[in-house]
Amino acid sequence: MQKTALYKAFGLAVSAALISACSSTGDVNEGAGSTEPTAIESQAAEAGQQAETNAVEAGAVAGESLEAQATEAQAALLEMTVFYFDFDQSSLKEDGKDALKAHAAYLAANASARVILEGHADERGTVEYNLALGERRAMTVRRFLMANGAKAGQLQVVSFGEERPAAVAHDAAAWAKNRRVEVKYQSR
Amino acid sequence: MVTRFLQLLMCVWVGAVVSVAHAELVIEVTQGKQSAIPIAVVPFEWQGETAPPEDVSSIIANDLASSGYFSVMPASNMISRPTQLSQVVYPDWSRLQQDFVLIGRMSVLPTGYAVEFHVLDVHQQVEVFRHRVKGKASQLRDVAHYISDFVFKKLTGIDGVFSTRLIYVTTNRERTRFNLNYADADGAREQLIFRSDDPIISPTWSPDGKKVAYVSFENGRSEIFFQTLATGQREKIAAFPGSNSAPAFSPDGTKLAFVRSQLGNPDIWVLNLATRQLERITRHYAIDTEPQWAADGDSLIFTSSRAGGPQIYQVTLADKQVKRLTFEGKYNARPRLTADGRKMVFVHQSGDRFHIASQDIKSGRVHILTSETELDESPSVAPNGSMVIYAASEADRSILAAVSVDGEVKFRLPSKYGDVREPAWSPILQ
Repeated sequence: MQKTALYKAFGLAVSAALISACSSTGDVNEGAGSTEPTAIESQAAEAGQQAETNAVEAGAVAGESLEAQATEAQAALLEMTVFYFDFDQSSLKEDGKDALKAHAAYLAANASARVILEGHADERGTVEYNLALGERRAMTVRRFLMANGAKAGQLQVVSFGEERPAAVAHDAAAWAKNRRVEVKYQSR
Repeated sequence: MVTRFLQLLMCVWVGAVVSVAHAELVIEVTQGKQSAIPIAVVPFEWQGETAPPEDVSSIIANDLASSGYFSVMPASNMISRPTQLSQVVYPDWSRLQQDFVLIGRMSVLPTGYAVEFHVLDVHQQVEVFRHRVKGKASQLRDVAHYISDFVFKKLTGIDGVFSTRLIYVTTNRERTRFNLNYADADGAREQLIFRSDDPIISPTWSPDGKKVAYVSFENGRSEIFFQTLATGQREKIAAFPGSNSAPAFSPDGTKLAFVRSQLGNPDIWVLNLATRQLERITRHYAIDTEPQWAADGDSLIFTSSRAGGPQIYQVTLADKQVKRLTFEGKYNARPRLTADGRKMVFVHQSGDRFHIASQDIKSGRVHILTSETELDESPSVAPNGSMVIYAASEADRSILAAVSVDGEVKFRLPSKYGDVREPAWSPILQ
């Protein structure tokens, strides 16, 4: 269900991008460049600059920006860097898989990119068991990324157990936020 | 007499304020034994011009009260305040329903102080024992704890642990500052051992009480360090690729059991500290962690998720045979054995709550020890096997609390600021 919603969102994002790309290539590219200062978006920004400097090649530039927009939708998925887990569980939830696939695709396409997969647990249960649980969660993410194209050398696993909560409250909502793996890019 | 009484009262009062201002943790007894022994600790005589460096008799009174084995009479309820045997009127104490009276005197010596005390049996109307202890000004708290241990052992038959120490981690709410601290078992005289911006977990004592081992994330991941208490000297002991954690010294201090995760799979290893030889003890795709040595050094108990959720197992070192020990409930972890090896205490999930439970090793009978506190974790057993200190959550903060292994005695050690976690009770220190 959530998966379908995500695909729909992806589709909408792409079609919205197409519409705006048709109306004004330069604007869209500039927008992408200014709001998303990541490695992928900087390519889009370059494309935009080309569009401005050479109007004659507008058609070719438009084609490039289409590709850039598709990449941008991927980039939206890449923005998702935190993946959540159930209590005492280290299996991936369905709703994070598309984003993880996007990360895997990015890593496969960018051999020099490196990430740290940081595993965490909520405060319930014991400190050392939670340290191990955080590591297992990060390992699950590692396996999934590798199955989808990332290389072992790009992925480093570390667990902080229950020591670095994202939310400091002591309730179910905070615990849900704390049972997580964070994908942290060290280089792009 | 009245003036003298006021002076004494002032000393007690000043002493109390000073100790509160300096102590990071302050004991509050929440539940004593039903059969607690009534004892009156009469403020000791003091001949000095100014207040004594430590109020020895009130430290003793606090020690005995915090143990839960004694019901200590408040000084304000006393009819008389004898400091010499000849001043004791037994019927007074009998009327006040006391079983024992502790009286004493503190005097100045050229080299320090001498404390002489007597313990009197109210019913038999006899002196049970007397003793004299000497110390420098800086040792007066130690003298007080020594007397508490002496009295406790004589009257209960159990070794006192008032002269032992605790190590524990304090942290701010944002988890950006971590302090590893060292303090008396009553929370007094706290000293910083190690400070870091990164997490510190799993502190533990060497059997001789001279060293501590702990896990520090100062290099971005979990590594095991030793630190000698007297010198502060640190040594990195285990920093293998992956995670290194859950250190536990063998009873003879020659080996260290710990958790090492190769390729993300935590298993239990033993490091020979003299030869640096490593031996892998468990080999399972599930989580194996939190090893603790049996008293004979022949086996380890540990937590494993090999049956799905965490349960407690025992592995024999010689043949690596693994036996499951816990069967009640879906979450049992972080076992610690009592010194006599007859019981283990651990974290047990009961419904939605996490409590400290004990299990009789022979019968397997489980007894949940805590109910007032929430999110109980990190149990550590006192060297006399009577009390368990643990970390718990209270009103949005993490505090230390203690419960007797029989569940009858409970006290809290709340701190004035921040969270207190990961307590480890020292061995009996010589």
